[in-house]
Amino acid sequence: MRVMAAKKPQVEMPKQDVKERIHNFEEVALGYSEDHALGEAARCLSCPKPQCIKGCPVEVPITEFIKLVKEKKFEEAAKKIKEKNALPAICGRVCPQEEQCQKLCVLGIRGEPVSIGRLERFAADWERENVDPKAKRFKQTGGRVAVVGSGPAGLTVAADLAKLGHRVTMFESLHTAGGVLMYGIPQFRLPKEIVQAEVEYVKSLGVDLKIDSTVGKITTISELLGGGYDAVFVGSGAGLPNFMYIPGENLKGVYSANEFLIRTNLMKAYKFPEYDTPIRVGKKVGVIGAGNVAMDSARCALRLGAERSYIIYRRGMEEMPARKEEVENAKEEGVEFMLLTNPTRFIGNKRGFLEKAECLKMRLSEPDQSGRRRPEPMEGSEFMVEIDTAVVAIGQSPNPIIQQTTEGLQTTRHGTIVVDEETTQTAIPGVYAGGDVVSGAATVISAMGAGKKAAKAIHEYIMAKKARAMKPSKNSRRGS
Amino acid sequence: MYAILRKARLAPNVKLFDVYAPAVAAKSRPGNFVIIRIHEKGERFPITIADADPDKGSITLIFAEVGKSSKQLGRLGEGDSILNLSGPLGNATKIEKYGDILCVGGGVMVGALIYQMRALKGAGNRITAIVGARSEEHLIMLEEAKSASDELHIATDDGSEGHEGIDFLADILKQKRFDHVFTIGPMSMQRAVSELTRPYQTPTTVNLFPIMVDGTGMCGSCRVTVGGETKFSCVHGPDFDGHKVDYDELISRMRFYNPNEKIAMILFDGR
Repeated sequence: MRVMAAKKPQVEMPKQDVKERIHNFEEVALGYSEDHALGEAARCLSCPKPQCIKGCPVEVPITEFIKLVKEKKFEEAAKKIKEKNALPAICGRVCPQEEQCQKLCVLGIRGEPVSIGRLERFAADWERENVDPKAKRFKQTGGRVAVVGSGPAGLTVAADLAKLGHRVTMFESLHTAGGVLMYGIPQFRLPKEIVQAEVEYVKSLGVDLKIDSTVGKITTISELLGGGYDAVFVGSGAGLPNFMYIPGENLKGVYSANEFLIRTNLMKAYKFPEYDTPIRVGKKVGVIGAGNVAMDSARCALRLGAERSYIIYRRGMEEMPARKEEVENAKEEGVEFMLLTNPTRFIGNKRGFLEKAECLKMRLSEPDQSGRRRPEPMEGSEFMVEIDTAVVAIGQSPNPIIQQTTEGLQTTRHGTIVVDEETTQTAIPGVYAGGDVVSGAATVISAMGAGKKAAKAIHEYIMAKKARAMKPSKNSRRGS
Repeated sequence: MYAILRKARLAPNVKLFDVYAPAVAAKSRPGNFVIIRIHEKGERFPITIADADPDKGSITLIFAEVGKSSKQLGRLGEGDSILNLSGPLGNATKIEKYGDILCVGGGVMVGALIYQMRALKGAGNRITAIVGARSEEHLIMLEEAKSASDELHIATDDGSEGHEGIDFLADILKQKRFDHVFTIGPMSMQRAVSELTRPYQTPTTVNLFPIMVDGTGMCGSCRVTVGGETKFSCVHGPDFDGHKVDYDELISRMRFYNPNEKIAMILFDGR
């Protein structure tokens, strides 16, 4: 029986037909049916000492929830995941499981690992579609926490602390919660209704959400600490787009990936003029970069009507930082890859519109001491690529507003916030930080992992503070 | 939701709103802006704050109805609400004692200019002000401008009131050296003022309002070349050294979505 399971391949998840999907923003991956899920769950060996869980930054009890799926206890399966992960429908869709839990699955040694992500998604979707959410109340500690940013890190901190009985207020700069889950990841990969459902779940735990509230502007961290909050968590993300700073980058038609995706996803420019936010996409779109954000941009471009959509990347296929699955999806949809190619300037017409990019051919050096092969330009290899829209997707830096407006916060020269690795506490006592604002642009799940760690530390900090206040020592000068 | 406490018509197509947003009002300073969104399908767009009353918890917004979103905004009345309002964004104008200063404002931005002038006057500056508009009927808030300045000049593009055009500024600059110049208004006017003060090397602060989406440094839509470097108006500005701004690029970028705006307007007015 066990041997059989190992040999069976993963149950495939149906996808929207490629000819259809390049014309719409509906979700590409359609999810498991009950039969699919039962078939895939049956492959799990329920290892007594599961390895998979070690690969999960938020420690989802994987074998336990899969066992519940096997028993058709889908609601219980979802609840089991939610003991550790407040955002399972999101993680089931966007986590790089192949690099995490699934990489450690013993079935993967001889065959394909259990498709943990697809099962997580199934359980979460089943619960959302079949169970009415109920607001929950937890025994209150009296502690109050301000969470800056409502992206993956902030939502995780907020959910965990609410469950521990703290009163949490989440401050969101935009008009809707979710951070990068709303403005960055496209609808066809992560439907916004699902993000909002998981945000609603976090709110149902008692978390208060304040939108339109840019901390650093409408209020500051020191005002929050002075105004009754015991602790502050900063999860303001990596929102500042990087540019190449090459000539012509401010021509009309050159977008940052952030702008391109914010207009498309958050503001729903693909529904213009029903929605008021416009976007202009030409016939030939060149996306500079090869991470997940670049793949998302190139795939959005096709759906927005581009005839050709290129990934322009200075390294090779092997070096692309995007998830394999996303690269495959992009290829299937007709995204073309211009590898070992680096733009050196953008050239526009007389009216300031982008017409083409001058690029250099690159070659990869021999591996250096770190084993990394650096791209080097080939002299005299300049050539022109005709594009009328360019999307610069070469990474994001931390948003500077918090750092600019918070005295005493230590930052690196990259603008990231310095924290204690164990506790995530910043240089200011009671102020914690995690996610992209600390690590630089990374994944949803690593931000959630940081959020978990922070929640634990914040809880301990507040409880210790309360204990001190309850039992005033000789040295204590004040009652609170 | 942010309730509109007061609505006034200042000129043809120019409206004033006092909007209830106490937390924003408490922090608002001259030079700041807000990003608003009127309804669920609306776009996010910036409006420069023209005044703030922390006691009443309100901020003042003055805008011209030129596109679909601003027309929709103009149709709202007292008691209606704006769905989203985020601010105060951008860096505030640097208010200090400069000495003898010149403040030049045009169009709907005269409100924001007066907000600046009051603070600058409070800091002990002597203010020569120029306020302008297309024509006499488009001039706004002259009384307020007068009381916020020590000397007031009026100009219109067509000469229907005060000086015709901005050229007379050249004469003023010939006669008097200013310690600092502030200008806010149509981009062409800010550019003209900067060009006139350039020969005298009088420090000239402009206030830019390119296309923005989030207003917090995320999208980069508002990027502008200042002194050869790319800056984001929202987080590095909106005040910049007027002698260093690449106006051609800025004005060109501000027109990028004109075709889309036309489509939106045709569909909107047809409804």
